[in-house]
Amino acid sequence: MPQLGAVAVNTNTTHRLSGWGRVPIVPGYEVRSENLDAITRDVPLTRGLGRAYGDAALPAPGDLRVAGSVLADRILAFDSAGGLLTAEAGLSLDELYRALLPKGWFTPVTPGTRFVTVGGMVAADVHGKNHHVDGCFGRHVVSLRLRVADGRIVHCSREEHPDLFLATLGGMGLTGHILDVTFRLARVSSPWIYQEVERVPDIDAYMDALKTSAKSWPMTVGWIDCLSKGASMGRGVLLKGRWAEPHEAKQGFPTLGAQIPVPFMFPNGVLGIPTVKAFNALYYRLPRPHRAVVHPAPYFYPLDVARDWHRVYGPRGFTQYQCVLPASGGHAAVRRFLELVTRGGGASFLCVIKDCGPEGDGMLSFPKEGTSIALDLAMRDDTQRLVDQMNECVIAEGGRIYLAKDALTRPEHFRAMESRLDRFLAVRRTWDPDGRIRSAQSVRLFGW
Amino acid sequence: MALNVLMVGATKGIGRAVARRLAARGDRLHLVGRNLDDLAKCAEDLRARMPAGARVTISHGDLEQPGTFDHVVQDASDALGGFDTVVITAGLFATQPDLEQDLAFTQRMLTVNFANTVLFCEHVRRYLLARGRGTLCVLSSVAGDRGRKPVVLYGASKAGLSAYLEGLDHRYRAAGLTTICVKPGFVRTGMTQGLPDPPFAADPDEVAAVAIAAIDRGTPLVYAPGIWRLVMLLIRHLPRFVMRKVGF
Repeated sequence: MPQLGAVAVNTNTTHRLSGWGRVPIVPGYEVRSENLDAITRDVPLTRGLGRAYGDAALPAPGDLRVAGSVLADRILAFDSAGGLLTAEAGLSLDELYRALLPKGWFTPVTPGTRFVTVGGMVAADVHGKNHHVDGCFGRHVVSLRLRVADGRIVHCSREEHPDLFLATLGGMGLTGHILDVTFRLARVSSPWIYQEVERVPDIDAYMDALKTSAKSWPMTVGWIDCLSKGASMGRGVLLKGRWAEPHEAKQGFPTLGAQIPVPFMFPNGVLGIPTVKAFNALYYRLPRPHRAVVHPAPYFYPLDVARDWHRVYGPRGFTQYQCVLPASGGHAAVRRFLELVTRGGGASFLCVIKDCGPEGDGMLSFPKEGTSIALDLAMRDDTQRLVDQMNECVIAEGGRIYLAKDALTRPEHFRAMESRLDRFLAVRRTWDPDGRIRSAQSVRLFGW
Repeated sequence: MALNVLMVGATKGIGRAVARRLAARGDRLHLVGRNLDDLAKCAEDLRARMPAGARVTISHGDLEQPGTFDHVVQDASDALGGFDTVVITAGLFATQPDLEQDLAFTQRMLTVNFANTVLFCEHVRRYLLARGRGTLCVLSSVAGDRGRKPVVLYGASKAGLSAYLEGLDHRYRAAGLTTICVKPGFVRTGMTQGLPDPPFAADPDEVAAVAIAAIDRGTPLVYAPGIWRLVMLLIRHLPRFVMRKVGF
């Protein structure tokens, strides 16, 4: 029905944008519309729900305006027999949960928050607890509709413009504006999760437990204590899960409750080493049932319980560091990395360890066979130095970092980790010879 | 029992959120709008959310063409086999400075938000009363509760609408017509995109939940989110000399 006609929309009021970690905060604003085609014609980047932690979804220096996809969130086609779904890029996983989980369908891969858009899931080629079985989200993506740099709208898939398609899976939105995504959903046996929990005393036992459980469980993930040293270094809690069978499932549908707001910004340093130590000790000892049928939301998205939870890190914000260490390095590589972290005093509430399966076909897709480690680090004066040290360790081990989390990696470090970079940049150059599509991250890491 | 709902403005914003909630619980929907291609996409989106076998239909209609309202009501009635509920979320908006710059758009905004919405409601009123009973739910705004500096023109259009809806409810409730006026505060939609979030900013889905609860219960006036009832109570009672000084 009637909408804003020729009247210019007032856009010069919000001037700053940041990722989820609130580092960095840059000048910029989003233009949003239900009509994503219309707002992507002359902008350098499209942004979804802004859950990338660093500068992946921020305008490059000198750019201000980016397109925001969140209002373009329609399901365009759904085949309720085979599960093939086409959606506009702004459709969130939260919305998909509400709309299709009651009908027995869910995305085959979900990241650790449901406040992501399907466009963002493609751009970051997200992975989840089932990576060792089902790979990244990109594996289940069939085709994309993209607005490329010269303004044309291009359909791509593994058959049609495969170079563009594969560069877009994990390509951080740098190959074009993702408009629509066609992907396969998975049938779930019930909307509930059957979970088993195991407490593990140290990192070697943890790694063994992860490996053993991967054989019989489709979903595994765990938290470890990054501050414990010596014999108990890497003690943690391992969670194994699968969709519950109908006879195990609870009655009714696991509806999503309202999020608990974090109503104000905490002061800096609340999440310092003493707090994290106390939390970790408590969390490790917390009595939990060994096996239980649980709600999928706290299982997949434990932090989504709180809205704006990044505020607990204070006005200075935080960064998340996630790397994968190749399987060839074995336990020793993980141990070396954790020693570096504990020595560096990287107080982290969240240290999540997960084994990854083989690399996907996305050209810059993050996971590869080995162990993924993710840490949250409150920003301090020495955070850049710690990230540099961790990156040097990751390079020495033959691993790589996850661009969706990154804010601080140096370009020479990224290049040293990423043997596939030249191929990706060549595709990007073919489709965007003038470098029109770019982000703060692409300019920082690739120079354009 | 499932409702048979005629929706005006379901392609975007609050209307889209209301339609999704109604679809998910199995109500029958007929969407009216200006762009049939856009309506068809919205209908597909709703079909994916509906229980198996539920239907959603579309037809053309434009709040800027009051001469066609008869047809719009007839088309919807034919598609739904008669309807018992009408939800109107369509409307125009621009900021006060933009409206002051563009009197042509101001005229359109005043006409659509007040005169034509009221005329459409009059068609619907006759239809629903002729059927015996029904519910008319219209989105107004907290902006209509008091003349205020940032929303002089938009607020005036909504003040008129709110007054009409209240009068309609008083006059025809006993005859079977339930009129519901929903007054949202600031909602993050395409209509308000680019504006900074003021306090109590809400997402369309929160407003949709309030509107549907009001439809189900027949509540004649609801604020969304509910905190606005308190805020506007306060603002309505502020003396004029205070309103002249403050910026809100």
